[in-house]
Amino acid sequence: MIGEGAVSPASAREVIPLGVRRRPLRKFGEGLAKVFLLICASGSVLTTLGIVAVLIFETIEFFQEVSILEFVTNPQWTPLFSVKNFGIAPLLTGTVLVTGGAMLIALPVGLVSAIYLSEYAADRLRRILKPLLEILAGIPTVVYGYFALLFISPLLRKIFPDAQVFNAASASIVMGVMIIPLVSSLSEDAMVAVPRSLREAAYALGATRMEVATRVVAPAALSGIVAAFILAISRAVGETMIVAIAAGQQPKLTLNPLESIETMTAYIVQVSLGDVPVGTIEFKTIFAVGMTLFLMTLLLNMVSQRVIHRFREAYE
Amino acid sequence: MISSRERSIGLRQARAQRELRNRKDSAFAIVGLVATLVGIVMLAVLLIDIAQDGLGALSWTFLTSFPSRFPDQAGILSALAGTLWVITLTAAFAFPVGVAAAVYLEEYAARTWFSSIIQTNINNLAGVPSIVYGLLGLGLFVRMLQLERSVLAGGLTMALLVLPIIIIASQEAIRAVPPSFREAAYGLGATKFQTTWLIVFPSALSGILTGTILALSRAIGETAPLITIGALTFIAFLPDGLKSPFTVLPIQIFNWISRPQAAFHEKAAAGIIVLLVVLLAMNAAAILLRNKYQRRVEW
Repeated sequence: MIGEGAVSPASAREVIPLGVRRRPLRKFGEGLAKVFLLICASGSVLTTLGIVAVLIFETIEFFQEVSILEFVTNPQWTPLFSVKNFGIAPLLTGTVLVTGGAMLIALPVGLVSAIYLSEYAADRLRRILKPLLEILAGIPTVVYGYFALLFISPLLRKIFPDAQVFNAASASIVMGVMIIPLVSSLSEDAMVAVPRSLREAAYALGATRMEVATRVVAPAALSGIVAAFILAISRAVGETMIVAIAAGQQPKLTLNPLESIETMTAYIVQVSLGDVPVGTIEFKTIFAVGMTLFLMTLLLNMVSQRVIHRFREAYE
Repeated sequence: MISSRERSIGLRQARAQRELRNRKDSAFAIVGLVATLVGIVMLAVLLIDIAQDGLGALSWTFLTSFPSRFPDQAGILSALAGTLWVITLTAAFAFPVGVAAAVYLEEYAARTWFSSIIQTNINNLAGVPSIVYGLLGLGLFVRMLQLERSVLAGGLTMALLVLPIIIIASQEAIRAVPPSFREAAYGLGATKFQTTWLIVFPSALSGILTGTILALSRAIGETAPLITIGALTFIAFLPDGLKSPFTVLPIQIFNWISRPQAAFHEKAAAGIIVLLVVLLAMNAAAILLRNKYQRRVEW
């Protein structure tokens, strides 16, 4: 524990007479500091273990009362009603519907804007546009929720009169806009990392900027772009306040974005706001739903990290 | 043999093709600019919409009143106080632990399997949805440690949420301190801890602080984890201790949005303006710190 990482400090200390006398005390102090720092660093692992432990503990209790088969196959989710159904499917389709809609906006717009910022925009314009775009990422999600429910939804209802006040589409639109900077800045980082020589070779062959961007730079940065896309999906799946405010509280098996639905995250918020007594089956449902959510986002994050490592085009 | 007529047709075709490709290129430049502006225009619309809805409801009484059933009397005093409590506690827990963890990973840890597990784990934690941290806080702090729905439970939950962000930012700041600084300290006979505490840490401090401020501003805007641990939506008193129930600014805003009356929506918009001003101030502080730091860097 007391050993040093580097060789130089140990040998440096040998020449200082004063240090020699105090060495045992010093070594003890050094060791203590290292142990303290190690404990702090382990705190992050403990957090993960804590998340997993809490979720598993409550989820096991949940599955002692509800069979996994029902959880997976029942097409209805009504734990708060007197006739209780525990099928996760409606919450899953709600989540997929909102996420899908958000990605329809965030992925193409984010990617095209990344190409523009990395290949087209002059440096001065870039330095103005990028920070402006990044403000979007810093705005609290409750603010987006406000915007989705009280601005986008009424607008949408003017265009589609049969849209409900709470609907998946307005949550999707706002969430999509919120995620644009994430896609854009991660994809841009990947494209900026593509070596200049590749671009210059293509230009020398007479390619236009668009051809360089779409046929040379984007393919070379593909792993980074795909990783950015997956992270964006994961972010949308876990997003809570926009859907809790604007998408409604009706778990429904529907793919109609103009209807009111409920996502996994919005359900957890709904139960947390109510007066559900601790220890009841209704209370345990939020941990089972949370577990599903955690596993989905964990899987997506791991896939995205793998994509970066496995499919990176290495130059030099 | 290609006749001169044939050659001119070929040239004309090539020129037409070149023209088409150039036109496509210019079109793409416009599409790209529009795509980049989509988000920025939306941001502008959002800010204008909120300013229109909320500026009228913003007043000194709004800042100094408790929430109320009557929209014209409702204010955000308890929410502001709750936010201040939670953020102070969050910073008090997350800053020392986060910086210590970053120091360990950058200065002490050998590249072993253990440190690589910690690193991977931190990266994964940064991607966990915030509401899952809420469930952790509910299971661990509220129930197991029986902290109830207190500001302490809220601060601890938020600390876990921002910890990975602070660690990653601090690691980057520490990594930016040139090795020659450390070597000079070792050369003068400093121990590893002395070098870290007296040389590396002060040099990285402004970078660490910048990252911490940004992490805390993320925590100020977070709503979901605190709803999950059971922060109340209606609090007509100020928190008076670690065990006190509380509400925070985003939860108060959420509560007002959820009500059907338009008068409460105006209050929500006014609350949002206050929230955005607080965040803007924090970000400005972070940018100032960063600029100061960048100017000093001449190593």
